[in-house]
Amino acid sequence: MSTVQPTAADFEPVKVESDVEQISRPSLSYWQDAWVRLKKNTRAIVSLWIIILLTVFTLIGPFIWQVDPALQDLNQVSQSPSWPKSAVVVEAYSTWDGIRIDGYQSPDNYPEQVAAPTGFRAVGDATTQRVRLSWDAVAGADGYNIYRNNRQPQDFNDLGLPLGSTYGDELSYEDRLSLEDREYYYAVVPTDGIDEYESYTLLTVTPQLALTHEEANTRGLAKSGDHLAVGDQITIEFHPMGTDYLGRDMLARLMEGARVSLFIGIVAPFLYVFIGIVYGGFAGYFSGKLDVLLMRFADFVVALPFLLFMILFKIAFGIGPGESGIFPMLIALVLLGWPATARLVRGQVLQIREQGYIEAARLLGAKDHYLILRHIIPNTMGVILVTLTFAVPAAIFTEAFLSFIGMGVAPPTPSWGSMCNEGVKTMLSHPHELIFPAVLISITVLAFNLLGDGLTEALDSRMRSRE
Amino acid sequence: MFMYTIKRLIAGVITVWFIATATFVAMHQVPGDPLMNDKAVTAEIRANLEAKYGLDKSVSEQYLIFLGNMLSGDFGISFTQQNRRVNDIIRDHFPVSATLGVLAILFAAAGGVLWGALTAIYRNRMPDIIIMFLVILGISVPSFVFAALGQLLLVNINSLIGESIIPVAGWGTIWHMLMPALVLGLGTMAFLTRLMRSSMLEVVNEEYIKTARAKGLSPTRIFFRHQLRNAILPVITVLGPQIAVITTGGFVVELVFAIPGLGRYFVQAVQQLDYTVIMGTTVFYGAFLVLMVILVDILYGFIDPRVRLS
Repeated sequence: MSTVQPTAADFEPVKVESDVEQISRPSLSYWQDAWVRLKKNTRAIVSLWIIILLTVFTLIGPFIWQVDPALQDLNQVSQSPSWPKSAVVVEAYSTWDGIRIDGYQSPDNYPEQVAAPTGFRAVGDATTQRVRLSWDAVAGADGYNIYRNNRQPQDFNDLGLPLGSTYGDELSYEDRLSLEDREYYYAVVPTDGIDEYESYTLLTVTPQLALTHEEANTRGLAKSGDHLAVGDQITIEFHPMGTDYLGRDMLARLMEGARVSLFIGIVAPFLYVFIGIVYGGFAGYFSGKLDVLLMRFADFVVALPFLLFMILFKIAFGIGPGESGIFPMLIALVLLGWPATARLVRGQVLQIREQGYIEAARLLGAKDHYLILRHIIPNTMGVILVTLTFAVPAAIFTEAFLSFIGMGVAPPTPSWGSMCNEGVKTMLSHPHELIFPAVLISITVLAFNLLGDGLTEALDSRMRSRE
Repeated sequence: MFMYTIKRLIAGVITVWFIATATFVAMHQVPGDPLMNDKAVTAEIRANLEAKYGLDKSVSEQYLIFLGNMLSGDFGISFTQQNRRVNDIIRDHFPVSATLGVLAILFAAAGGVLWGALTAIYRNRMPDIIIMFLVILGISVPSFVFAALGQLLLVNINSLIGESIIPVAGWGTIWHMLMPALVLGLGTMAFLTRLMRSSMLEVVNEEYIKTARAKGLSPTRIFFRHQLRNAILPVITVLGPQIAVITTGGFVVELVFAIPGLGRYFVQAVQQLDYTVIMGTTVFYGAFLVLMVILVDILYGFIDPRVRLS
């Protein structure tokens, strides 16, 4: 049995290598923690990016796309979105005699039925200046009617726009009626001079975009010094998102409209949420008689029929000639919008006031303003932020709605709502005038809603325990 | 309960008075007057017209006359529609708006409760994801876009069938009402679906649901008797304010679908500064909305016994 002889070294304290007790992760503040959780929410982050992109579109867009939103391009009214277009320069218009039958004799008797015309063709190049059509004579017919349709006709009763009629000796027609560079369905129907026979022939023609020398010069398309020859290609005004019913560039108008819509949509909620915080905080903190009085007044304002008053306020503030009517709308929104936030903040403040840490701070000698600034406001911030994100889409909706019924911004100032209003009128023929502003409103509202949802989840401390 | 109702009614009357006064003041702040729209008239005719409508009196006098008439239920004669009483305008056109609103709210409430309950039961599964996507879409698209799209759809359906089964615009038969009510109710339905979903999710995990299941109750019975009945309470609370949203939101739908409702008359009256019609419609709408909120609060007491006790 050997005895252990302890040395002095054995009595040295053991050094602990691992630091299990240490908090390995950095401690996060409330906001940092919320940000971490928000980042995990893909939908909210995508929405945040959409909002940033929209802001860029609104603020930087007009510097890149420097087209005057009020400029009317009357040669391209209600154009659909397209790539840059070029037109061919053609000679100035000269009259066309057409194709006639010399020594034509009307048929002696008119048959019950005649065959459909054959050889229906375009003569020469079809351009937007003119489309010249010709066909072969039909035995038994004593005249022809010419129709044009923008889409494939379904049957004899669906031939479209009647362009004109000819007598039996004339086997041609020249169409110069506001032609665009799109597909047309021409139809020729033989007649007995008065009534139509139920037979027709179709021809699909796509006129080429063409300008005369003179037109190119007056539209300022030809660069000075350039000599334009017939057959030259020139680039015409480019409208990537098309034009509206007055020929104004849609992209420029959407950017300008975004300024109005987003300005009202963001500034109004900020203002009324701020007023709501002050009002509600005041009522909640000082409670008692004052609280009852303040809240009763807020209840009255809530009870006002929102839309009726919105319109009345707007008119009461008045819009002078040449003004856009943005500020009256802003003021009306702020005057009617604050009570909801005030109620919410008051509720929050009443709840927080009773918390233990407020009591503790008060015992330590904290003054009112310190309590409000240091404890109460920071603790209501989460709720306020969420309210703000949901107030933005509501304000955008209200602006759009007012502009839609014609009580919003005054023309020619565009806003997404007023653009929708104009677009609805031409919805069937030119859907892009409605679709673009409507989609922009929807995307913006969607993004703010999803971000609001994400913030609610990220800022709600109860959600932490569920993870 | 009785005292509570009386109290609420008195508060309601004060609110309506406040609305009327605020509208009256705001309206008279607007530059111009209703006679401005008439053709140029001589000073004499104008003076006679002003005397006829009582515009020659001071604003405070006009206010007192208005209050007196309102108490006797008379809103006067329209300025712009000659010899038409405001009461008649309301009587003729409010039923149209109300029918539309009731249909829309029925549609929204039924749809919202159903979809909300469904999404809660199928939480995070395919039906939930699809419905919630549609709901977000429903909240984000303005009602006038839905209205336009609805019309477009009707046009396409009608041209596909070859005859106009469902009219695209106008008013009269039940067929006229379907699409406007649907469009009008969509936003509210989306909102109610979200509300119902979150409220249902809370209820699903309650202890009494476990107890009911342990007792061996059938899932259908648990769903209808225990889950739905408890989860539906928040939906009923917001129904009152939502009726307000729907009746005011009706403006747009009435405009797009060319429905002769009261909303259109109000917008028209505001544009033409038709004093009597503005006051009449505002006070009428205000009273209607206040009554609705009170009604819903009382109804709430019947559905939720806890409210009755306290």
